[in-house]
Amino acid sequence: MKHFFTILSHEIRMLLVSPSTYIAGVLFLWLMGFIFTDILEQFSKAAQAESPVAVFFQLYWMPVIFMVPLLTMKCLAEERRLGTIETLLTTPVTTTEVVLGKYAAAYLLYLAFWGSTSGLFYILKRFAGDNHLIDPGPIVGGYLFIAISGLFFIAIGVFSSALSRNQAVAGMMCASMLIALILGGRYLGSAIWLDREALAPLKAAVEYAQISNHFEDFTRGVVDTRELLFYVSGTFLALIFSILSVEAKLLHS
Amino acid sequence: MPENRQAPAIEVTNLVKTFAGVAAVNGISFTVPRGEIIGFLGPNGAGKSTTMRILTAYLPATSGSVSICGYPVATEPDAVKRRVGYMPENNPLPEEMRVSEYLYFRGRLKEVPRRKLGSRIDEVLELCDLKRVRHKIIGRLSKGFRQRVGIAESVLAEPPVIIMDEPTIGLDPHQILIVRDLISSLRGRMTVLISSHILPEIEMTCDRVLIINQGRIVAQGTPAELRRDVLGQSAYEIEASGPLGSLPFLLGSIDPGLSVASEGEPDAQGFRKVTLKTVNDDDEGEAILRACQSEGLRVRALSRAQPTLEDVFLAATRRSWDSVSEVGKPGEKP
Repeated sequence: MKHFFTILSHEIRMLLVSPSTYIAGVLFLWLMGFIFTDILEQFSKAAQAESPVAVFFQLYWMPVIFMVPLLTMKCLAEERRLGTIETLLTTPVTTTEVVLGKYAAAYLLYLAFWGSTSGLFYILKRFAGDNHLIDPGPIVGGYLFIAISGLFFIAIGVFSSALSRNQAVAGMMCASMLIALILGGRYLGSAIWLDREALAPLKAAVEYAQISNHFEDFTRGVVDTRELLFYVSGTFLALIFSILSVEAKLLHS
Repeated sequence: MPENRQAPAIEVTNLVKTFAGVAAVNGISFTVPRGEIIGFLGPNGAGKSTTMRILTAYLPATSGSVSICGYPVATEPDAVKRRVGYMPENNPLPEEMRVSEYLYFRGRLKEVPRRKLGSRIDEVLELCDLKRVRHKIIGRLSKGFRQRVGIAESVLAEPPVIIMDEPTIGLDPHQILIVRDLISSLRGRMTVLISSHILPEIEMTCDRVLIINQGRIVAQGTPAELRRDVLGQSAYEIEASGPLGSLPFLLGSIDPGLSVASEGEPDAQGFRKVTLKTVNDDDEGEAILRACQSEGLRVRALSRAQPTLEDVFLAATRRSWDSVSEVGKPGEKP
């Protein structure tokens, strides 16, 4: 793991000097700010059942589905397309270090983007002068959920980037995998044919993998280790497959 | 781990690499002693790049053994990677980095100690004449500069073995000259393996040449040895006028192998161009000249034709095409 930090700091540096990072950051904040103002507007018109913070975090999947592919599609696909993976892997660096370094850099950027949305809550608190709108519990729970689920989402992005040398293909693959994971679970959960007695174990499995249920638990302050395990094991699996996929492509190049 | 000083820089035995059943490299064996510059020649798809990738532990071999400075590539890839500086084909570089940043990053990856790295980067920038562009972004550099960045990067960690895949491709003659001098300056200090199909290039820089075709070595040796082994004859060109009919008999008295290969038409002054061939490698120019004069032939010019490496290369690869065309389908480049 000697070179992990070399690659990580190199990746972060490249992200910081690249204009596209800042453009993506601005667009992300713009979208999140728009959503946030919209929620507050709804709230000011009529009393709502849920707090604005909860509604805000419920829409987490929107930025996830478009931001995660954009952040990760480049990381391995670009190296392969340019051929720089060859110069990279002929130094005393292992594939694991390369994949983990790139993964960590993308994850940190993802956290930084989400972290910037905390400014919205600060502005609300500072200028609304009304503390009942902001409940610290759901905010902390919401960010915790974002941080932990982000591990898995970014790992899926890195994996799809390892599958193709074309960035566009990698991005689309990542987006469809995320949609299948987040919205597909929700769809399966409400499917009637799963309610049969014989399919009960399958139903239980689907319930376990319901990302929206995890989210609700987190915002209510319940941190279930089974849910943590879901994300951590998913992350490990996706990263192991990314490493294997990079190596397999070398063998069959 | 003690470094084995006696081990040759590169040792390849019966190397085979197949891609989906098609052999790209088919039983190559060669040894390169330390400090030698060796040229790797072959037509496109001959297996040059594949062999180089195996030598750098980037691709695994199908069978056979490869060791670099005594370290087997298959079992100690890390030790091998620490001892090899590699510049791949087309020299891929990250577009958006600055030259000095790139070299710093590569130096860290190659485990050059942080304290030494700064001065080492200055050294290679100086060596490759890159000082002027050290703060430029690589994507904006011209091809010649990019190529030199690649070379600077491969010598950065002072590895004992340097492998460069077509280092002069796409350069203009002036830049080729600079790159050639650069490679020559490494002679004795580092073992350099370069591939190319620009033949004068190889002939001028390399101590030894390996010609491969169809994944097999078809000839190896110094350029002079190759000329003799592959072409097996030397040629003389003579421009003379007079009774040329007596020439074959005359030549036989000098060297029984010497014969007239072709005879040209006489020009305005009555001189003809005659090509003579012999299997004998000694210089027979003086004997030919004396014999001609004794017979009353007027000689205007006599020269010993120097076959170029190009002739050798064409002859060697043609020979190997002939031998494999019966065996089966030619190997393809992956």
